[in-house]
This record gives sequence, C-alpha cells and structure tokens, in this order.
Amino acid sequence: MIRMRRRLVALQLLMVSLLVLLIARLWQVQVVDGAKYAAAATETRTREVVVPAVRGRILDSAGRPLVRNRTTLVISVDRTELGRMEDGGRAVLERLGAVLGRDPEELRLRMRPCDAKVSRPCWAGSPHQPIPVDADVSTAQALQIMERRELFPGVSAETQAVRDHPGGSAAVQALGYLQPVTKEELERREGLKAEFSGVDMAGRDGLEEVYDDELRGTPGRRRVQVDRLGRVLGVEHETPGKPGLTLITSLDAKVQAVAEKAIAEAMKSAPKADGAAAVVLDARTSRVIALASAPTYDPKVWAGGIREEEYERLLSDEAGKPLVSRAIKGEFAPGSTFKMSSVAAMFRAGYPMNGRYNCPGVYMVGSRAFHNFRGRSLGSMTLHTALVKSCDTIFYRAAYEQWLKDGGLRPKGKPKEVMARTARAFGFGRPTGVDLPGESPGRIPDRAWKKRTWAATKDVNCKNAEDGYRDLAKTDGGRAAFLTRLAHENCLEGYLLRPGDAANFSIGQGDVLVTPLQLAAAYAALVTDGRLRSPRLGWALVEPDGTKVREIEVPVRGTLPISAAERAYIKRALSQVASDGTAAGAFQGFPMKKVRIGGKTGTAEVYGKADTSWFASFAPVEDPRFVVVAMVSQGGLGSAAAAPAVRKIYEGIYGFTPKGKPAPKALPAGAPPARPPVIKKDGTLTW
Amino acid sequence: MVSRAVAAADRSFGRRAAGVAAQVRRADGVLAVAVLALAVISVLAVWSSTRTWAPGATGLVKKHILNLGVGTALAVAVTAVNHRVMRAYAPLVYLVALAGLVLVITPVGSEVNGAHSWIMLGGGFAFQPSEFAKLALVLMLATLLAQPAEGSDRPRGADVLVGLVVAAVTMGLVMFQPDFGTTMVLGVITASALVVSGMRKRWLVLLVLAVAGAGLAVWRLEVLEPYQVARFTAFLDPSTDPRGVGYNSTQSLNAVGSGRVFGKGLFGGGQTMGRFVPEQHTDFIFTVVGEEFGFLGSATVVVLLGVVLLRALRIARRCEDRFGLIAAGTIVCWLAFQTFINVGMTIGIMPITGLPLPFLSYGGTATFTNMIAIGLLQAINLRARL
Repeated sequence: MIRMRRRLVALQLLMVSLLVLLIARLWQVQVVDGAKYAAAATETRTREVVVPAVRGRILDSAGRPLVRNRTTLVISVDRTELGRMEDGGRAVLERLGAVLGRDPEELRLRMRPCDAKVSRPCWAGSPHQPIPVDADVSTAQALQIMERRELFPGVSAETQAVRDHPGGSAAVQALGYLQPVTKEELERREGLKAEFSGVDMAGRDGLEEVYDDELRGTPGRRRVQVDRLGRVLGVEHETPGKPGLTLITSLDAKVQAVAEKAIAEAMKSAPKADGAAAVVLDARTSRVIALASAPTYDPKVWAGGIREEEYERLLSDEAGKPLVSRAIKGEFAPGSTFKMSSVAAMFRAGYPMNGRYNCPGVYMVGSRAFHNFRGRSLGSMTLHTALVKSCDTIFYRAAYEQWLKDGGLRPKGKPKEVMARTARAFGFGRPTGVDLPGESPGRIPDRAWKKRTWAATKDVNCKNAEDGYRDLAKTDGGRAAFLTRLAHENCLEGYLLRPGDAANFSIGQGDVLVTPLQLAAAYAALVTDGRLRSPRLGWALVEPDGTKVREIEVPVRGTLPISAAERAYIKRALSQVASDGTAAGAFQGFPMKKVRIGGKTGTAEVYGKADTSWFASFAPVEDPRFVVVAMVSQGGLGSAAAAPAVRKIYEGIYGFTPKGKPAPKALPAGAPPARPPVIKKDGTLTW
Repeated sequence: MVSRAVAAADRSFGRRAAGVAAQVRRADGVLAVAVLALAVISVLAVWSSTRTWAPGATGLVKKHILNLGVGTALAVAVTAVNHRVMRAYAPLVYLVALAGLVLVITPVGSEVNGAHSWIMLGGGFAFQPSEFAKLALVLMLATLLAQPAEGSDRPRGADVLVGLVVAAVTMGLVMFQPDFGTTMVLGVITASALVVSGMRKRWLVLLVLAVAGAGLAVWRLEVLEPYQVARFTAFLDPSTDPRGVGYNSTQSLNAVGSGRVFGKGLFGGGQTMGRFVPEQHTDFIFTVVGEEFGFLGSATVVVLLGVVLLRALRIARRCEDRFGLIAAGTIVCWLAFQTFINVGMTIGIMPITGLPLPFLSYGGTATFTNMIAIGLLQAINLRARL
C-alpha cells in the first residue's frame, strides 16, 4: 500500500503541474494576448456594411430635374458564397437565369473580376461585395427569388437608387453617366477607400464626373453583429451617411430640348450630315443654357451595368459615336465664323477701321490664286461689308501682307504672327476650361505648330520621298509622282509656314480647328464686355434641404486684344448678317423687329467630305443676352443647315412660330435667369 | 466482507438516522462544495450558449438542470452504498455497460456527428453507453487488481492479464463507434489503474512498448479504413483539416482570449451569441466561461476542478483498502485527463478531441457518470478512511 500511495503522490505532482500549466496558458491567452484575440473576434463577429449616400440631383435653372434618383429592385449575387458550393454555384446561376430570363453564362461573365485582360461584362468592384447582376427586375421576379431562398443561396434582392433622366436622352453627353467605381479610381481618392464598397458608383463623363465629389455625398457605415451564418443579430455602431449635394445648373431643360430638336432636324435636312452640335450661352456671363450634341443615345443603357455589345456600339462609327459631345470635343475648321478674329487682327496690325478695301474675285498669294466664294468680285468695300457679304480676298491679302511683314518663309527674329496671336487671344487653340471633362483644345496652326508637326512627321515623309510610292507608281504614275513631290517638299520644308497656310488661316480654313463651345465663348466676349470666360454649366451646389453651399463662379480667363470701339464695329457688322447678309435667307420671316439677331455663317471645306456648316450668333443685337452657335458636320453651307437650326433655337427661346407669330417662350423672361433658383425647405423654388 | 457500519445501520431506524447524520459530517465537504460550484457555473454557461438558438430558448438549460439534479441524487445514493458492495456488483455493472456498447453499434444506436454513440430514449432523452463504460471499467479494473499477489502488494499477473483483456474489449467496442476520445480515456483509465495498483515498473514499460508496437503494426498493415486514419491524423495534427478542426481551434481561442481579465459578463459574449464556436454547450463549454467570465472566471474554474482532483487524490491516499484506493486513484486520473485535454484544446495547447469537460459540459450520461464517480469517492471516503 505504501508503494501505491507513493505513486499517488507522483500523480499529484503531475496533476498540480498540469493545472499550473493550464492557468499559465490562460494568463497568456486572456491577459497577455487578450487584446489580439479580442480584435480577431471583433473582426469575425461584425461586418462593416456600407450604406451608400443618396446621390445629389442635377437640376436645370428653373429647378426642373435633369437627373434624379429612382429606386429599383436589384438582384445581387455573393461570389464568395457561390464559390463555396461544390459546383461553383452553377446550379444557382441556372435557376437565377431562368427566373430573370437571362443566359446563366452571361450572369457568370458579369461576376468575373475586371482586369487588364478581361473586357466587359465584368465586375470592377470589391470581391467581397455582392455583385449586382440585374437591375430593374420586376417585383414578381424578386419575389420568386426571395420566397425560395433555399434555392438561391447567395442571391439577394434589394432596392437600390439608380439614376433617372426625366428628359431621356436630353443633354446626356453633358450630364454624363455612372459606372461602378474601379480600384484605380478608389486608389486615387484619398480617405474614401475604406468607405467605398463595390456597389458605389462613380461619375463618368459630364457633370456627373466633374462634380462627383459633391454629388456623391458621404456613405454611411453600419457595423452589424452577425452570427456564424452571417445573419445579422443587431447594429453595433452606425455612422449615418450624408446625402450628396444638389447641383443646380444654368442649363434650361426647355431650351435644351429646343436645341436638340433643331440640330436633329438640321441633320435630317442635310443628307450627308454625320454629327451636329449647338451651344446656347448667357452672353453676359458665359453660363451654358443649352449644350446639345447629335447623335445622342438613351442613358438607360447604363443602368445595372452596360452590356458588351451596347458599349461597343456606342463607341462605333456606325452609331456616330453618340458618347462624344461634339460641342466640346468636336474639332472642326470654323470657316468664315472665324473672320471676326481676323478683322480684330487687322485692327491690331494697323488696318484702319474706316478704310475701304478692294474685294476682287481672285487674289494671288505668291504664285497661287485664292478665290472668293464662287469667284465673285464684290468691288471696293469697308471691313463691315466684308463681314456681312463674307468677302474672302480682303482677308487673304491682309494675311499675305502680314506674312510678308513677318519675314515670309524664313523670318529673321521673332515673327509677330498677329493673326494667330489674335486667334489665341479669342480663346482658340486651348480648352475653354468649361466644367466638363475631356474638352478638346482645337488647333491654331502657327509657325511653331508647323515645326512641331514637321518634326513628328518628317521621318515618314522623307522615307516616302525616297521610295517614290513604288507600289502606287505601277498603277497610277501621275499620282505617285505628285505624292512623291509633296512628300519631298514636306520632308525638306514642312516646317515652314507657307503663304497659302497664312491665307487659309485668315478665313478659318486649312489646319485651324475650333470646338463649337470655343466659338460661342469667343462670340460672347466679343459682343459683350470683351472678357473671355470659361463657360460654366454648374451654377450652385445646395444641400438637399436647400441650404446653399456655394455658388459656382464663372472665371474670366482673358480680355480680347481690341478696343471697345473695335468690338462694337465688328458687332455692328455681324448684326447685319441675318437681315442683309449671308444668313438673310435662313432668317426670312423672323420677327427681327422684335428681336434682332446678329451672327456669322461659316462654310468650312473638309478634304474628302462635305462642308462643315456653322452659324455663330447673338441676340438681341442692341444688348446681347444670348450667344447661340450651331454646327452641322458635313451639313453643307452655313446658311443652309446651321443658320436654320439657330433660328429654331431663337424661336423656341422667344416663343415665335416659324411665321413670326408668338408662341410659348422657353424662357418666359426672354432672357437668362440672373440667379440660380433657391430651394426652400418645403421643396418649392424662388429666385 | 460486510462493514460493521452497515451492519449496525441495519439494526434500527434511530441508529440508522444517527449514522446518516454522522456520514454527512464525515463526507468530504470541500469536494462536494467544489462540485456544486462547478454545477452552478455549468448551468450559467450552458444557458448563455444555448439561449440564442431560438427566442426564449430555455429548454436545454432546463434539461441540464434536471440532469444535474438527477446526477446529484445518484451521487448521494451511491454515497450511501458501501463501496465494497459495489465491488461485489462490479462484474454485473461491467456486463451491463458491455451490453450497452454492443447495443449502440447495432441499428438500435444512432449516429451523431459521425459517431455511432447514442441510444435514443425518446422524449428528447438519449443515452451514451461509452460514458457509462468509463465508470464500469474503473470498477471492473479496481475489482480485478484489488487482490494482491501472495506475499506481495502488487497485483497478480493473471488478474492483470484479465484486466487487459477487459480493457481491450471495452476499448475495441468504443473504437468501433468510432469514438477515439473516449477510447483514449479508457486507455488512461486502464493505465492509471495498473500504475496505482502497484504493478512493476518494468511491466508497465513493457506494456507501453507493446501497445505502441501494436499501434504501429495496425498502422503499417493498413488494417484501418482510410477514414479512420484520417480521423486519427486530424486528431494528432489539426492542420491536416484546417477547415474543420482548424476553424474550431481559431474560434475557440478568439472566444477565450477576448474575455480578457474580467470577461464580458454573463450573456455579454459576442462570440458566444454569434455561435462562432461549434459544440459550444458541450465540448467547448469552457470558451463561454473564458469569454464571459474572463481570466478570473476561467482560472477559478480550473482551480475548482483542481480542488476536485486533489480532494479525490486525498481520498485515494487516505483509503485503507486496495479496491478503494485503486478506484479513487483511477477516477482522479480519468477526470484529470479529460479536464486537461478539454481545457487544453480550447486554449490551443491540445489537439481538438470530442471530450466533454467534467461537471461543466452539457450531456446527460456524462453528467450522471461524473456525479456517480463523485458519489463513489464520497462512499470510499466515508468507509475506508485510515
């Protein structure tokens, strides 16, 4: 028995040491490392749910919504959950496809993560976020899914806010669209990374992009306690989100509609027309009242993720690239609408305002003959008449004289380039700085530009000059010889501004390119106070309850380089175009006694295509309140396509019927509103 | 051999009552209080871990209280029985347990969590013969090894051999369910019975080597089904089954660790509420204690369990007959093994095994068996003290 008790003592020692070991380990786990385990536990026990903020609305200057929110039922799929299934969720997607009437394969494609090699459809959001596979499903479809959850594990139906455009395709290019935020966009944004989930949308293009930060608001965060199956037990902590600000624009939905209708009709009447744009500015402030581009598209395609074919189509030439706003991105030779800049340049170069100039049918620029429109000789005239009748030869001559004065082909010292410099001072050749993304700068082909272009192309030209277009020579010897000579010339002397280049420039032809918005901004400066402004669509940002956050100022970016008297002279001349000049036909029957329209037509030749039709205008001429520019690509004569479109826009603004009878006015005041509307707490508007 | 105390108690009611009073006074109060304290903590922990199963779910904790009540009654009843009488009935008890083990692997038994270990009694009650078999094996081995060899204080070789056969049959049947955890407990019971009975050290070493050799042979000769091997390797190394066992281990550590020093308070444990730890009311009951009562609470539970074990050892040491000593010593080793393995697995120093924590885990048969063991210890304490 003594041996047995000895053994018991040994066992006791063993047991005590094991108990001490347990307590020591408990000390380590609970006291020493407790915080670490507590943090790990919190992570498994709670889920951070992002509650997207309601995106701000975009209103027109009368408080009418251009973009608002609408709730839809969205079906989302949790990829992680499907991945846990034995068949990778294939069966679930089959059933889901059957309910939604979609190809299960397409649903699967939508759930792939996007990367450089994967094209649409794909998922650009966080892999942990449920992926919306179908937006805007019917209540019946959603019920079919939610009432049989066991058949659809990982699938959820939730209401979600989507963008709604009450005006349909109106101003779509200017308004922009939303797409799920990408990883890259997330990384570029500071401080928001943790707050973003894959369901968050980011503004792409248009006002949605430029004012994205303001419209988006701050998403709320909700920390919920979940159990091991992910069921929500309760809310642990909630940080409420802040809804986005409402953007009040200077756009007017009615004028916008009128402008879009006008350019659409202009395109219909010109058989070759492949695109058109119209810009309506508040002449005094350069706030944008309408910005239209044709062709257009229905913004509904973006809701719930665009389909591959649809996206490809929107980018294609056949559809006319409706995503591209021709008003700010379209670069076209301006034709005679550009002559106001050339007249200004002539004033700067010392040509007298009250002088008389001969307008022959042909003017020899060096050894090359430059013709008036249809070769007509118009006799001696003032610059005023030259603008009204659109004489070209006077400008050819002035351009050639200035070119010679600068030193011709090889100037000594720094050439003055008065024509090009004046054009730059009118805002051409650089973006206007409008509050829209992706604006084109246009092009002013001065001597420096020629050099740059030559440097970029000379290798190809020199090689072609050497090879002599051998393949072409076999079939068309003459053309090959011409092209070889051209290549040779460009190779050796392509950096030189030739006299013909200068002559073409003076009438807005050749290499000069402008956007419709640039032209409108330049005209606004010319016919008002001579200050060049960066046009603005955004006018004010207000809280959802109407509290104004800030008014968006229109920055002045320059002053025209001519005196008020010179500006008044040009304006007076342009005031006669619609009544007595090149646009008289288009404005036949327009009640000029009530509202007198001023402007300039433009017909720009494009190599291998029909002419670009322009009309840049302002009204009323006595004290201009509006600048309206229309452009019809391949529309033919300025007086034939663009001028009638501009007339229709004025008719809409002022409420005239084609026969001159009064009709409802798009702008009841007959002038742009002076201030953005104020939204009162009850939602009504005042000014 | 009939005890004088029993004989005397039989003589008259008055004397009998006086005897009972004396017995109560002589019972090990510290042991009793420690077990009752554990029972109270157990009720709270089981309540906390099961109350979120459904709104107002109190069914399980009520059943647990019932189990503890019945267990305590059984303990008191066993205390009243002379342990030497129990020794006489040990073979019978053992045969009943054996019958249970055979019955459970027939279609009468039910499979739960992959082991064919249950006999459903209806009305939500079930019986787990392998739990009861632990106690039966303790009694059987103590009976066999209590008779010393002639002129020695070591057990007889023949008795040891019979004991080994008895143990092997029991373990074989439990292994067949399969229930490795209980099999190991049975192995520990057998080994500690042999150690406590005073068997020669060289025989003990030989026995250990033989068991190891047999195990290796079984392993090498691929007698076991692959799934059995898989179970065993997962037992030895949880990382071979990270999604199953590894998950349990992580969640269990997170729960215990997040209790910190003072715990989150009763019903305040987020891990417990979210039911992240599987089998929390049974095998992982200690995580509730850890999370909701913190280090202070869990250390108290370990100390209470230690008090139970040390008091039981004291009873064994002070026992004057071999049967009582072997039975008490073996019970201590069994409870100590389960305690250490169970608490150890919840805090990451032992592999995950399906062993309940004595006196705390929910489970009817285990509660009864543990309580009867305590009753047996008290009975030994009453009647076989030095």
